[in-house]
Amino acid sequence: MVERTPILNFFTHLILFAGFIFCVAPFVIVAIAASHNLKDVNDVPMSLLPGSDFWVNIQTAWTTADLGPKLLNSFIMAFGVAAGKVIISALTAFSIVYFRYPGRMLIFWLIFITLMLPLEVRIVPTYAVVANVLEPYQAILDLTGLSWLIEKVSGVQVQLSLGLLNSYSGLILPLVATATGTFLYRQFFLTVPDELTEAARMDGAGALRFFADILLPLSRNNMAALGTIMFLWAWNQYLWPLLITTDQSHAMAVTELKQLIPNVGGAPEWHIAMAGTLIVMLPPLIVVVLMQRWFVRGLIATEK
Amino acid sequence: MASITIRGVKKNYAKTQVVHGVDLDFASGEFVVILGPSGCGKSTLLRMIAGLEEISDGTIAIDGMVVNKLEPRERGCAMVFQNYALYPHMSVAQNIGYSLKVAGVPAAERTQRIQAVARVLELEHLLDRKPMALSGGQRQRVAMGRAMIREPKVFLFDEPLSNLDAKLRVQMRSEIRKLHRRLNATSVFVTHDQVEAMTLADRLVVMNGGRVEQVGTPAEVYSRPASRFVATFVGAPAMNMLEGEVTLDGISLLGGSRKLNVSRTGLAVGAKVAVGIRPESVRMVAPGTPGALAATVDLIEELGAGRVIYVDLDGAPFSVVTSETVHPEPGSTIGLQFAEADLHFFSSETGGRLDVFKVSVPEPALQG
Repeated sequence: MVERTPILNFFTHLILFAGFIFCVAPFVIVAIAASHNLKDVNDVPMSLLPGSDFWVNIQTAWTTADLGPKLLNSFIMAFGVAAGKVIISALTAFSIVYFRYPGRMLIFWLIFITLMLPLEVRIVPTYAVVANVLEPYQAILDLTGLSWLIEKVSGVQVQLSLGLLNSYSGLILPLVATATGTFLYRQFFLTVPDELTEAARMDGAGALRFFADILLPLSRNNMAALGTIMFLWAWNQYLWPLLITTDQSHAMAVTELKQLIPNVGGAPEWHIAMAGTLIVMLPPLIVVVLMQRWFVRGLIATEK
Repeated sequence: MASITIRGVKKNYAKTQVVHGVDLDFASGEFVVILGPSGCGKSTLLRMIAGLEEISDGTIAIDGMVVNKLEPRERGCAMVFQNYALYPHMSVAQNIGYSLKVAGVPAAERTQRIQAVARVLELEHLLDRKPMALSGGQRQRVAMGRAMIREPKVFLFDEPLSNLDAKLRVQMRSEIRKLHRRLNATSVFVTHDQVEAMTLADRLVVMNGGRVEQVGTPAEVYSRPASRFVATFVGAPAMNMLEGEVTLDGISLLGGSRKLNVSRTGLAVGAKVAVGIRPESVRMVAPGTPGALAATVDLIEELGAGRVIYVDLDGAPFSVVTSETVHPEPGSTIGLQFAEADLHFFSSETGGRLDVFKVSVPEPALQG
């Protein structure tokens, strides 16, 4: 339906524009602040005309916080988390939708409930597990008296230990499980016609073959959408990387921004901090721009 | 080529039974059509043959080997689905060749066989297209190609033509028939469309309510329906049914004082029967003709080659198909005449066919 309502159109655009300004203004201010020198950035009010020191500030921020390796770390972590989530949630949803086994709905609801348990809630036990992945097994052995038995028989003291602190696996693995992703895939798999499944069975394709040849190609858009969201989410993680990386070689870009924020008593170098922020913001922006076509398609229903 | 033997097959969903013990034998190379209204269990039966549904009780054997526990791929069946079920992300060639790919056939041989199938189905120029870019008829042909390429022992068709428009349906019908003549594989075709069933079948299986009502050639089923259900389901317009009671000298029709004058033996006087007569077997005569049954015209449907005249016979609906050029006005009275040989009798209680009547008296069979 096409309506001609010039006045309504005008107001609609006005509201849209106001919303746009509201969203974009902070970024513009960050960019302007990043272009000033130490004196101008601390003027009150700060001049909203861009200064001339933009590239100098960017370079300073880059070297001060050593952003090169940090960005690489962030990228590895965010990519690992996004890829892991896409794979794990596809497999989980496949199992829940296509197989009938006892406890299936229970498992689904357990996964669903974890939506309500963000990382922050379970961060202490998660830290304990990552510090020593085998800890739970050690506890089982101790409790059942098995480690005592083994020590008596072989003289070897059982001391299971596998620490993942300060490692990429430690950064990535605890973040990989995802209820949102499983749910998204489940909803998509439910829209795939049963006849397609049956046709694949008649063609002789087993379950995994069907998954790889039919389901995954069909859920391309889903994967792109989920991957993008999860990449952004992982890139912006702060608490978890902060907790488990004590060693500079595994530090993330987002947590290292803190180094650029002026300390009490230090010079108020906000222009450098803003420049660093701009750099760290850039990779997710690029990912969104590149992926947005599939991203949108994946979130709005199926193509039919 | 393979024969199919079905013995005492039942299907239960939770507590409800939808197929109540079916026994059937399909000969090798035969084209069998299973016909029935929706919900009669015909698709379930087909899917049990395919291996897509578990068999609750009884056995299905293909070529003498019981296949109850076999996966669909091990049964040597190929199936054409109602909605084609083409893989939307694969090209036509990939769709057709997918089963070969799964089976690990080398790429060169695969291409060759895809080409061969495409040639038969006239799909050669479409091999690179995606299903989305095909018309309904073309998709249907791709679905058949996908079934053909495996050179299956048994072809299964699950209402494959019901999504096509009328003209295409007629065309695909004859193509399926031609294809069968060429490949000569045992084919089981499920449909609710009786014209499709009549034209395609070597043998027709009519199902109703999870039971087989009749098995026979289309001509047999049409001319000697085994039950009242088959009589009214096969043939369009449906066979006319007149309820009546056996008397000493014929059958008196309910709802009126009319009487059918038939010679009959062996039927108890007082038994309730339904008398069937096909609309094509009724002749229209001038009202008042001796021996003709008077009826009021309700509605006339023009078919081009002929017309269907719906009349009212003492409150019972009745139809006549005629190719004569007579044009009775709605509301006018006409006379109906038919031969005793064309009458079918069914028990009012069981619906089964009663074959105790011997035709001995020539027409007119009716007295108004």
